Amino acid sequence: MKHRYLPMTDQDQAEMLAAVGAETIEDLFADIPEAIRYQGVLPMSSRLGEYELLKHMRALADKNADFDRYTSFLGAGLYDHHIPVVLNHVISRSEFYTAYTPYQPEISQGELQAIFEFQSYICELTGMKVANASMYDGSTALAEAAALASGATKRKRIVISRAVHPEAREIVLTSAHGLGLDVIEVGFKDGVTDQEALAAAITEDTAAVLIQSPNFFGCIEDVRAIEPLVHDKKAMLVLSVNPLSLGLLESPGELGADIVVGDAQPLGIPASLGGPTCGFFAVSEPLMRRIPGRIVGQTVDSEGKRGFVLTLQAREQHIRREKATSNICSNQALLALCASVYMSTLGKAGMQEAALLNIRKSHYAAERVASGSLSLAFASPFFNEFAVKLPAGTDMKQLNAKLLERGFIGGYDLGAVYPELENCMLIAVTERRTKEEIDHFISELEAMV
Amino acid sequence: MKPEKALIFELSKPGRTAYSLPECDVPEKETSELIPAHLLRQKPAELPEVYEVDVIRHYTELSRRNFGIDNGFYPLGSCTMKYNPKINEDVARFAGFAKIHPYQPEESIQGALELLFTLQNDLAALTGMDQVTLQPAAGAHGEWTGLMLIRAYHEARGEHRTKVIVPDSSHGTNPASATVAGYDTVTIKSNERGMVDLDALRAAVGSDTAALMLTNPSTLGLFEEQIVEIAEIVHEAGGLLYYDGANSNAIMGITRPGDMGFDVVHLNLHKTMSTPHGGGGPGAGPVGVKSKLIPFLPKPIVSKREDGTFYWDYDRPQSIGRVKAYYGNFGILVRAYTYIRTYGPEGLRRVSELAVLNANYMMHRLAPYYEVAYPGLCKHEFVLSGRKLKQYGVRTLDVAKRLLDFGYHPPTIYFPLNVEECIMIEPTETESKETLDGFIDTMIQIAKEAETTPEVVINAPHTTVVKRLDETTAARKPVLNCTCG
Repeated sequence: MKHRYLPMTDQDQAEMLAAVGAETIEDLFADIPEAIRYQGVLPMSSRLGEYELLKHMRALADKNADFDRYTSFLGAGLYDHHIPVVLNHVISRSEFYTAYTPYQPEISQGELQAIFEFQSYICELTGMKVANASMYDGSTALAEAAALASGATKRKRIVISRAVHPEAREIVLTSAHGLGLDVIEVGFKDGVTDQEALAAAITEDTAAVLIQSPNFFGCIEDVRAIEPLVHDKKAMLVLSVNPLSLGLLESPGELGADIVVGDAQPLGIPASLGGPTCGFFAVSEPLMRRIPGRIVGQTVDSEGKRGFVLTLQAREQHIRREKATSNICSNQALLALCASVYMSTLGKAGMQEAALLNIRKSHYAAERVASGSLSLAFASPFFNEFAVKLPAGTDMKQLNAKLLERGFIGGYDLGAVYPELENCMLIAVTERRTKEEIDHFISELEAMV
Repeated sequence: MKPEKALIFELSKPGRTAYSLPECDVPEKETSELIPAHLLRQKPAELPEVYEVDVIRHYTELSRRNFGIDNGFYPLGSCTMKYNPKINEDVARFAGFAKIHPYQPEESIQGALELLFTLQNDLAALTGMDQVTLQPAAGAHGEWTGLMLIRAYHEARGEHRTKVIVPDSSHGTNPASATVAGYDTVTIKSNERGMVDLDALRAAVGSDTAALMLTNPSTLGLFEEQIVEIAEIVHEAGGLLYYDGANSNAIMGITRPGDMGFDVVHLNLHKTMSTPHGGGGPGAGPVGVKSKLIPFLPKPIVSKREDGTFYWDYDRPQSIGRVKAYYGNFGILVRAYTYIRTYGPEGLRRVSELAVLNANYMMHRLAPYYEVAYPGLCKHEFVLSGRKLKQYGVRTLDVAKRLLDFGYHPPTIYFPLNVEECIMIEPTETESKETLDGFIDTMIQIAKEAETTPEVVINAPHTTVVKRLDETTAARKPVLNCTCG
């Protein structure tokens, strides 16, 4: 069989088999017992030529309502932000995307430096001392943070706010089951973590308190008030943050966080049905040698020139095996690069301006809602996302289907996950939304319910 | 001496910008009017201020200091560094795949769901499993997911099993994943042929055995000929068999983990299915299971209704829960599906045949110069020992560094741990005989240099942008960010 990715000619094959001392390729599989050989052709999707495959994939893609053709007000952890044009050009450099983990530093200085810069960006943005090379996503990073805190404090109780992303909470639960940790959930009041309930839940055996801010409802938590509750009991404060919000919101380092995680998706990463995105993970200095994942450090070569290497590997699975701090052995390097290029492009002023645009446009939308026939579910301060209270009995599925017909991807049905928030729709307004789109969307919403 | 490369932070000059954001067409209120002051940052993040040309030149220069498959041969054992097809990249960037949200109404993402459903079925067929979850983000993540499934299976049967058995040649992630899933690891020695020692296995299994984790072909590139007996031993003790799919590139269409007796499988789509490694990620590590484990799969999976439409199936009361936000690394899954369709099942079988032929050819040609750790047939990769060169003061690390001077990415070295001065070579099917011969000739030349001019090898590399780096100081006095702010 001929194929454009396969260079083997009949002549090559004959010469190579002869060199090996085999007559047929079949001979090379003589070590596989006959009883377990697969007979016949696997029942899988068939082969397509390049042109037919492009057509097939285009047809599949066209069945999806994308953000180019529809106006999205859906967020809930994944946002429709403007992606600077340069990003795709940089991450399309195949020296980056076709490389493995930088095990050979002499020929991987580009990737290593890019990761070092990513770590520097995350530290600067979060106000933390140490950041790793990235994690699978923000949600798995949160679960790893709980594991780290439990290991560091030798405690087994994890307290998590119900205002944390529901899927992140599910992952924390799954992971906690493996590690033998107890997870206690704390409710919310007016869209932010209920501080009284939180204070009551934190005990002497609490390893960590997991808070997200802006939280799942878009509300900004009063971390300054939460921090002493956590540290008085010598538990660790784990904050999950939206990196774009840190253009203007107080940095977790200043707020006293011990571990900071989040998802870099808002920093130029396409939503892509939820993945791949890129988690980040930063800690205070005392936790440096407990951090999971890859870390790049600066050093010098034998001629004294600055260079970068993977470092602190004594924590990792390929050295420590069952005693490793985590089983993670990869990072989301290409998307960490994407986030770095985003931050390089926006720079100091751009990150503030982008955050401000999100705040202004979402607050305009919220005011527009509040001044009309609908109302806001919460009065707490928010970043770029807020909950709208719709009339009782609203069929959210039907409503979103109707919005879709009008060219809108509607908001998230909070009632599907939070029974107490029945009829509430979570709406995200990024810098990409125009005043006209916002006005139009809210008018449609008002008319439909 | 080549100059040092500046950090992006070092290029900063106040007042420069590289961005253009959408205009503000709503009332331009001050931040303090919208957000209470105590929640705001007092000090801005000190990010660099550069213009667009700086950005492009900086990252282009970084890319030139990096080596990918498109730069040259990359025979990194156990990593399956095959060609990353360009069509995969183009397709994954279609707006209909890249710009969609998992919480959109199901009717507005039917194409994505159809793709996922088909891929689940294709991978189940390929591995001989009954159902597949596409949620895990990477191989290690798949291992942990698989072990959590095994744990749920035993727990549902009221059995308390605490141990996971791994061979000494296993990937480090296997025992690390076992720990995170709450298991103790038992490591068993390989026999003199590099295979699982059946007596050691019999001695290790018992009523506390949750699972045996195995890579087959093993990390030594050897097919476990006694796999059927191994499966019997583990199953008789009530344990399950976990297949680490890192080496699946050797067996596609030839034999299937499900037919060998495995109960749980993960695949590394960034290895076998050609999706790019991205410099360390993203990958994808789907997990397939036999029917008895289906109830425990992470939720949701994608199902098909009788009317032909697709939906997220959350109705899984015994599920271990969620392991990854949303539905896994969809962009990678799009690439993997595209790859499968460039070959079809017969093409994939041919891929494995050629991967194995390439490896055997290289092993035979290199055998006179480097010791083959386990002579005989190999599968998609093989393991050499560089210990013959030690008499000249040359170590495997030096051979690897010398390869850099010739424009090759070195093989995996010092893994697996049970072979002295280990060199693990995996050529993949997408390399031509000329490429293989060029690499082999270079390896032979380096073996000769080790004898005649060992200092050339020991001091390598000579041509790279930096020389060997001081890793000890890096770990002892860590500098992990530039604190430029």
